[in-house]
Amino acid sequence: MQFIHPIQEIVRTGVFICHCGSNIAGIVDCRSLTKYCLTLPGVVHATDNLYTCSEAGIRQIMEAIKNNDLNRVVVASCSPRTHQPLFQSACKEAGLNPYLFEMVNIREQCSWVHAKDLEGANKKSRDLVRMGVAKASFLKPMIEIESSLVPAALVIGGGVAGLSAATAMAGMGLRVFLVEKEPQPGGLLNNLYSLASEYQQPCVHHLSEPEYQSSCTLQHFSSEHQSSVRHYIDDLIKQTETNPDITVYTSSQILSVTGYIGNFEFIAKRDIKRDAVQNNIEHVAVQNRSQDIVARNNVIAKADIESYLKENTERIRQKVGCIIVATGAVPYQPDKEFGYNGSTVITQMELERSFLDNTFKSDRVVMIQCVGSRTSGREYCSKICCMTAVKNAMVIKQKKPDSEIHILYRDMQMYGVENEKMLWDARGAGIRFYVYNEKEPPVVENGVVGFYDPLMGEFKQISCDLTVLSTPLTPSKESGCLAKIMKLPVDHDGFFLEAHAKLRPLDFSADGIFVCGSARYPATSMEARAEGLGAASRAASVLFRERLVKSAIVAKIDSETCVMCEDCLKICPFEAITRNPEKMVCQINPILCKGCGCCAAACPSQSVTLAGFEHQQLFAQIRAIN
Amino acid sequence: MDVGRHPNIRLLAFSELESLEGELGNFDITIRKKARYVDENRCTGCGECAEKCPTTLMDPFNLGFGESKAVYRYFAQGIPSAYTIDAANCRHLQPGKKCGICAKVCQAKAVDYTQKDQIINLNAGAVVVATGYDLFDASRICEYGYGRIEDVITSLELERLLSASGPTGGHLYRPSVLAMKKGLAVLEKRRDRLKKRLDKSTEFTRVRAEHNNKSDFTRFRTENNNKSDKNNSSKSEKKNNDKSEKSAAQILEYEKIAAEYEKIAAEYEKIEAECEKVADKIEKSSHARRIAFIQCVGSRDIRFNRHCSTFCCMHSIKEAMIAIEHDKESEVSVFGMDIRAVGKGFEQYRNRGQKQSGIRFVRSRVAEITQTEDGCPVLWYEETMDRKVKSLTVDLAVLATACQPSRGSEVLAGILGVEINESGYFRSGTLQPQDTTREGVFICGCAKGPADIPESVAQASGAAARAAQALLQQIGQPV
Repeated sequence: MQFIHPIQEIVRTGVFICHCGSNIAGIVDCRSLTKYCLTLPGVVHATDNLYTCSEAGIRQIMEAIKNNDLNRVVVASCSPRTHQPLFQSACKEAGLNPYLFEMVNIREQCSWVHAKDLEGANKKSRDLVRMGVAKASFLKPMIEIESSLVPAALVIGGGVAGLSAATAMAGMGLRVFLVEKEPQPGGLLNNLYSLASEYQQPCVHHLSEPEYQSSCTLQHFSSEHQSSVRHYIDDLIKQTETNPDITVYTSSQILSVTGYIGNFEFIAKRDIKRDAVQNNIEHVAVQNRSQDIVARNNVIAKADIESYLKENTERIRQKVGCIIVATGAVPYQPDKEFGYNGSTVITQMELERSFLDNTFKSDRVVMIQCVGSRTSGREYCSKICCMTAVKNAMVIKQKKPDSEIHILYRDMQMYGVENEKMLWDARGAGIRFYVYNEKEPPVVENGVVGFYDPLMGEFKQISCDLTVLSTPLTPSKESGCLAKIMKLPVDHDGFFLEAHAKLRPLDFSADGIFVCGSARYPATSMEARAEGLGAASRAASVLFRERLVKSAIVAKIDSETCVMCEDCLKICPFEAITRNPEKMVCQINPILCKGCGCCAAACPSQSVTLAGFEHQQLFAQIRAIN
Repeated sequence: MDVGRHPNIRLLAFSELESLEGELGNFDITIRKKARYVDENRCTGCGECAEKCPTTLMDPFNLGFGESKAVYRYFAQGIPSAYTIDAANCRHLQPGKKCGICAKVCQAKAVDYTQKDQIINLNAGAVVVATGYDLFDASRICEYGYGRIEDVITSLELERLLSASGPTGGHLYRPSVLAMKKGLAVLEKRRDRLKKRLDKSTEFTRVRAEHNNKSDFTRFRTENNNKSDKNNSSKSEKKNNDKSEKSAAQILEYEKIAAEYEKIAAEYEKIEAECEKVADKIEKSSHARRIAFIQCVGSRDIRFNRHCSTFCCMHSIKEAMIAIEHDKESEVSVFGMDIRAVGKGFEQYRNRGQKQSGIRFVRSRVAEITQTEDGCPVLWYEETMDRKVKSLTVDLAVLATACQPSRGSEVLAGILGVEINESGYFRSGTLQPQDTTREGVFICGCAKGPADIPESVAQASGAAARAAQALLQQIGQPV
């Protein structure tokens, strides 16, 4: 971090008041606020406009800086979270150091919350602007922090999402390390008999109804699904394993991740024995290979990791610039719900397994949806179970056209073009659908499924020789461990929590770490692939930079006054603070620091200063209240 | 804004693709940049032109609830912020009329009536198609009465009504009330005009009274004059006679005018009564409290689109919750066959809507919408869980219209040389979801099929990855 020492200068502040359409101007009298600003100390220019964030508004700021020789800019508008970077870049473009910019929020903090108190809202907006102007006078120009980066990525999880991400990045010429906990990559797809997409014929619009019906018959379905899903995943694995830029570590798990965007370091352990047994590789060969890897990766032994290393494990240590989390999810295993026994009452996964093993024999099948999901304990909808059930029903129909299949559901979640089409086709193929009520769930007893059918207003009993429970995908235990190791946030259900539900679905709020596939939320193989590619693109947009630039708003500890009480160290949510026992002080890594200011507030000796929020600046702001 | 300001992105708004030749790594692209009649580089977006423009049009962004001018900006935060002249409706650009006001008031001298469409040739290595979707035209389902019953609207229209920066400032007025308000404004304008004329009439009465007095006085004086001055010249007598004749004529005319004023007064009273009546009606019915959302309008329907539009269940729930936030007394029902709350946190959101906001979910497909005598929509439906045919009278019925391939997709597909699928969306690979049928042309978002925001965003990143991968591999290959 570097400060440019402020030259003794006369403060010339420009204030820009945004109407935000009627969002602000509807409550706050922007004209008189603008006039009021001109009475504040240091303010030489004040203006209001309809949308300061619009192109015209930005241009006004830039022109005002040049024409009025402004050396401080204050914008009173919405949240700095969304618009500060924009205004700062406008300042920069006009030749003003972007850290000489201050933003005041008179929308969320005035016009929206005090919409019913006109006078109060106006008074508060004057107070806030006055405070902002006072703080701005003490702002100092600063320079952004630059750091180097390693143009390589770590992908955790070798399912369809992880494999897609790895191949896409390697395809761009980036170095990729893929860590998979199982001896074989492929994830859940390894256990599947077929993909729903194989049953999704193109939707035919121009056909009349009878023609449409006939087009729904099963003759169109290929008889070799098994090979096609296998082929798909094998192809992806082959692409990954043969790519010289990708190193795949199977039977491996992440032990630790340290560092920050551009410069992460991870340590993983690899169970060589398990890997060898599963992959039928001779032990000696493995040892040779592992030595090879050890030599290549330049692994250095370290005492605290050593404890993890037992006879048959190997440790992997690599440096990467970005990390993609693609740890997937696991199907929920019922515990005697609906009479689950693993033989006559099974899950969809077990049904797929019986297809693969060719042990499927039943003629009359009942499928029950939402087993363990959309209930009080697990509120979310797993979204893929409906299409899985319909697809498997189609598989059974194809194997045994005379079989009776009943699907008991609450809402058929067949969203989109292809899924809805498959639902139509399933109905056309004679698969029966019944609604059941969440409050009166079906009862499975001795091969008979009894339930209340609200559409007919009667209790129904269907005898069957197989009951299949559609269970949701749930976050795996390993994902939970990884979240702890990497300090990543998870949501209420245990899935990884992205930075923004709508606009940043593949980013974590921590820079340089991305998420894709079912680790974020249950996804179909196609969605997982799209997200894997997307995460690759997000990571590549970081890794292709020559160096990283980050905000200068970071905390700094004054080593003269620090007594190493470690209050800051305990409170830091980003693990950016370490102790330096030699000097008996705490230190902050400016790259890891996100400028949250917790440490500055916690420090009892005021040794921590947060750039852009220095004591002098904040006290000026507070004093301006009165 | 991020796109508009990014140094590596050149944004060509108001432009269309004309042709695409070549192959991955080397596409020759021709783009028609349509004439705005405003110089983008000069326009500051001040809006003076639109303020002074005499042609008022329906505002397409606010779906007809607001007004815009023949020189317009589609919406306030648009990029670039330059204005555009609607050539089809501009007085100056249409033959026969002279206007040119916008050019006169523009201080930046940005208005250029002679601007022509511009052809831009570009060379690019890869193409990403993100042309989105169009909404189903709800008037095609005649039994729902969209376009006929004023208070049957689409979700997008409701979105404008709920928007704080929208035409109603976020107040959920019923469209019928808005129409009445519009009518009232016209009536009031007429009333005010009459009022002004009536105000003149009081002035007139005063003048007339004065005149009458004056003429009496003149007559009196003339008579006196006649008496006192017998040598009065015939000339002056004649003059006086003329005068009295003139004033007589004037009186007659005054009377005529007075009669007319009486007529105006009567009309004024009539209009004022009407105004009061309408105002009273508006006051009684202003906000929409009873709201019904109707799902699958044009989707999951063999007559129109068989597909499910994916996102309508969620936006209906969202709009319902916002409406309830506006007015706690609102009674909101959502009519759907399946409520497809499929996405991260969606089911929880739906449950919150049901339990906390009190949204009633009715498992039903609405058969028909009729109208009560006072214009309220009436929904006729079978409540499938009760097996009963019921009706529900509401203030506002909102149609969740289907997501459809955007108009012109077929033409665009022809230019791009890619296939579209049987549903009309661009065809993509099952195993390569971001690829089209032509190498180097990639696809994302609703152009590929209905998708919600996070999915579209993820797909967009995916398409970028595929494009980057393809291009970087090209570069890597020896020529």
